Amino acid sequence: MNYVIIGNSAAAVGTIAGIREFDSTGNITVISDEKYHTYSRPLISYWLEGKVTDKNILYRDADFYEKNNVTPVLGRKVVKIDTANKCVVLDDGMNVQYDKLMVATGSKPFVPPMNGLDKVHYHTFMSFDSVKAIRSELKEGMRVLIIGAGLIGLKAAEALYPYNTKITVVDMADRILPSILDVRAGMKMQKHIESKGVKFILGTSADELTEHSAKLKNGMTVDFDMLIVAVGVRPNTELVSDAGGEVNRGIITDTTQKTSLDDIYAAGDCTVSYDASSDTNKILALLPNAYMQGEVAGRNMAGREFRYVGAIPMNAIGFFGLHIITAGSYDGEEYVEETENTYKKLVFRENRLVGYILMGDVKRAGIYTSMIKERIDLGDVNVELLKEKPQMMMFGKARRLDKLGGITK
Amino acid sequence: MKRVYVHEDWCLACHLCEYYCAAANSGAPDMIKAFKSEKKPVPRIQVEEGSEVNFAVQCRHCEGKPCVKGCIAGALSVTPEGIVVCDENKCVGCYTCVLSCPFGCIVIDEEGHRIQKCDLCTKNHNGEPACVQGCPNKAIVFEER
Amino acid sequence: MNPLFEVIRDPDRCIKCRVCERQCANEVHKYDPDLDKMISDSMTCVDCQRCVCLCPTHALKIRPNENQFRPNSNWSHQTMDEIYKQAESGGVLLSAMGNPKEYPVYWDKILLNASQVTNPPIDPLREPMETKTFLGKKSQKISYDANGKAHYEKTPYLELDVPIMFSAMSFGSISKNAHECLARAAEELGTYYNTGEGGLHEDFYKYGKNTICQVASGRFGVFKGYLDTGAAVEIKMGQGAKPGIGGHLPGMKITDEVSKTRMIPKGTDAISPAPHHDIYSIEDLRQLVYSLKEATNWEKPVIVKIAAVHNVAAIASGVARSGADIIAIDGFRGGTGAAPTRIRDNVGIPIELALAAVDSRLRDEGIRDEVSVVVGGSIRSSADVVKAIALGADACYIASAALMALGCHLCRSCNTGKCNWGIATQRPDLVKRLNPEIGYKRLVNLVTAWDHEIKEMMGGMGINSIEALRGNRLMLRGVGLSQKELDILGIQHAGE
Repeated sequence: MNYVIIGNSAAAVGTIAGIREFDSTGNITVISDEKYHTYSRPLISYWLEGKVTDKNILYRDADFYEKNNVTPVLGRKVVKIDTANKCVVLDDGMNVQYDKLMVATGSKPFVPPMNGLDKVHYHTFMSFDSVKAIRSELKEGMRVLIIGAGLIGLKAAEALYPYNTKITVVDMADRILPSILDVRAGMKMQKHIESKGVKFILGTSADELTEHSAKLKNGMTVDFDMLIVAVGVRPNTELVSDAGGEVNRGIITDTTQKTSLDDIYAAGDCTVSYDASSDTNKILALLPNAYMQGEVAGRNMAGREFRYVGAIPMNAIGFFGLHIITAGSYDGEEYVEETENTYKKLVFRENRLVGYILMGDVKRAGIYTSMIKERIDLGDVNVELLKEKPQMMMFGKARRLDKLGGITK
Repeated sequence: MKRVYVHEDWCLACHLCEYYCAAANSGAPDMIKAFKSEKKPVPRIQVEEGSEVNFAVQCRHCEGKPCVKGCIAGALSVTPEGIVVCDENKCVGCYTCVLSCPFGCIVIDEEGHRIQKCDLCTKNHNGEPACVQGCPNKAIVFEER
Repeated sequence: MNPLFEVIRDPDRCIKCRVCERQCANEVHKYDPDLDKMISDSMTCVDCQRCVCLCPTHALKIRPNENQFRPNSNWSHQTMDEIYKQAESGGVLLSAMGNPKEYPVYWDKILLNASQVTNPPIDPLREPMETKTFLGKKSQKISYDANGKAHYEKTPYLELDVPIMFSAMSFGSISKNAHECLARAAEELGTYYNTGEGGLHEDFYKYGKNTICQVASGRFGVFKGYLDTGAAVEIKMGQGAKPGIGGHLPGMKITDEVSKTRMIPKGTDAISPAPHHDIYSIEDLRQLVYSLKEATNWEKPVIVKIAAVHNVAAIASGVARSGADIIAIDGFRGGTGAAPTRIRDNVGIPIELALAAVDSRLRDEGIRDEVSVVVGGSIRSSADVVKAIALGADACYIASAALMALGCHLCRSCNTGKCNWGIATQRPDLVKRLNPEIGYKRLVNLVTAWDHEIKEMMGGMGINSIEALRGNRLMLRGVGLSQKELDILGIQHAGE
């Protein structure tokens, strides 16, 4: 059996783990256009910040490929999937045969059209190479303009902060982190980040870029020594769509992670997931999601039947020491508690917890997450305790014992 | 595999398990030194107190292992025995595992800006986990089920 | 009032874990967030040692309050304290557990013999050693038929693998978990525990074959099913800690389960009268003995328990003639869940003297085999057991020692209902502190250890069965005793 995996990140590693659970002998080839051993993409900001070493940025141990009997083909790009001949074509013209193919191509930075951008040197913030490039040009005290106040833009800001930089973040939206936070929480986080000296200019965008200067649509001008564009990402779907596979923003798969093409699977940020908290299909570009999709795909590729269900949007992230954990959907009846340093929002719908935002105090948040994933009806739950904090005590005895494996009398 | 289980009828909420756990995993030779030192040791087991029952919760080393699968740094892994362990040097404190753990058993080490979790005392060579040894009422047991 | 004790905390060892605070039902310890330290109010401390035992850094000790009134050999500090207390309250002083006063302990003035040269000792690890004991009437008349087969009267008896039983402690005075410990330990040890006067919780009917069901003056929880369940029935005429006194279990201890078991309304005081109102003579007692035998189809031995009082020998003789199979005698150091202090400390006589007197009297009257004699009231060790048997007992009852195995530190505050060890309390949060899984094993350990020691001591004397030790007063010698005491004990002085 020849397994070929395009991509070398979390979904790919998950796929390898899934295959090797049931098939210890089949050939696995991993092809990536990045030349690195499997590294953790979310750690690039930590690396830039100096918190993670070259060694620790590795997502798996150095002997991961040998241990799992994987042939890595690194620094080579797949340009085409030839479904008729069941092979992938590399940029050097080489063909690699597959019996089962995994497309774990992830996403690429989205750079919107901006006047003058073509004449300006800028960075994105997506790959190890991109942060290495930033690091090589970075100097103490630089003025940095970041376009995009989302997760990537703010992680970039945090990473550059220790270099004594003067950071300005510009975003078209009128608040930060709109994809994971509500208005109150966004303001709280914004105030926190501003207190560290980062400047936000919101509700506007760059009108005209020139070397070292951006003219904004609101009339302001921001001078910079370094420009980082972190507006968003777009899934890498071309290989599948060119081969005739179904794509709708992301690659469409069934719950076994198989695409509409025979023997071709997909997992991770390039795919569309079913969000169990909002009953909608969307791209859930999250590392845990990528890994678990890959794992399920790998098991199916190895001939077993597994299904991936229960994916929900969820994020655990911190900026400048203030932590946030969020999950699910925010559409429903809200319960909010706020103190000077913390924020808690719980969202209920159809007698279930469907979403939450925790900021500042994020202890034991996973109990909430599991309630959303498992769609636990609140009939069996002490809602006062639920609102107080995440705790097993809120569950009825039977569920508690079931969860904790306790002894019944 | 042998796991730590709680017998909630016998838990007195004395919290000794937390102290024995924290001390055993602090690296200090005894409890006094562990708790009198600058850095407060963090228990990996947590007692929940209720009006009638109390119980301790600690990593179930569960089948699904969502914490390991979701770890962005590859810091969490599973030993051949099935024990979920954390390489604290690799942990970056993103708390994705805190987000993922359905039992709320990943503990945040606020001073260390990283997580700590129960490894069944495999690193401190106690044989039997310290929480179980320290429980005065056998409310937590270490056994195969 | 002065605190009786001082809580001493070593600040260098205290890590402010607050275990002491959480474990003290008397609310002695408290964490003060402003001072960031633990503080203690010794006023309510009863020296139960719970905090000391659980403190993970051994930072605590409890010692008697060093503050003393002006020394006075006549008016002791405690006496004066009690006067202040009564002047305040106008009430009877209450105490618990056994008489703590400095009366002589005869066990400690009796020494055991050992074999040398002429009569070799026996090594119990290499040779058989019997500690099995039967309690009940020993048949006097054995006849043989033509085929040589023996014929004798068969009467019900108790069979003990060790000559030690757990004496009466009622459900209500002690917790359900404590009862479970005793029941399970009795089953595993092949001996018996005693329900006390509070009836038998329905969960424990399964331990019936190791249960002695008590019938006391209050008749709490007594009905046919109860009597049928046990292996024997015990009529409680008296208790060593409070001879001549009834019992009083306050309403707060009459919880749902206690109420159901005792068959009395929840929350009402359970008052056991001082006398059985149907017993004013040996003849009356005989009626009850035979009523209970009749009620239990003549299948169960009947025990009559009396307190050791001045004319105990004559009383025992009467009891033996009442038809009882077993006489239990409870010495003045026996424990109680609650007793008036003056009674506990001043009424009754030492069990050693009572036992010797009773055994001699029954022998003299030729009725020793009509009954077995069980003694209790501060049997503290296996040596006490051996000495008791050599003085003439068939077996011993232990209770205080059993409670100590369960954690009791003899703080003697059972009457407060706030037992920090989960024994003498009905408060659910305290009761759960006694996990029967742990407790029963500790009881088994204790009695097993004593059994080993009993065998060692017997072996040393060259004796290989309890039968041969029983009443074997030649194995005993007194030290520091007057001739009168030696005469009553029926033993010679050491050196004689």
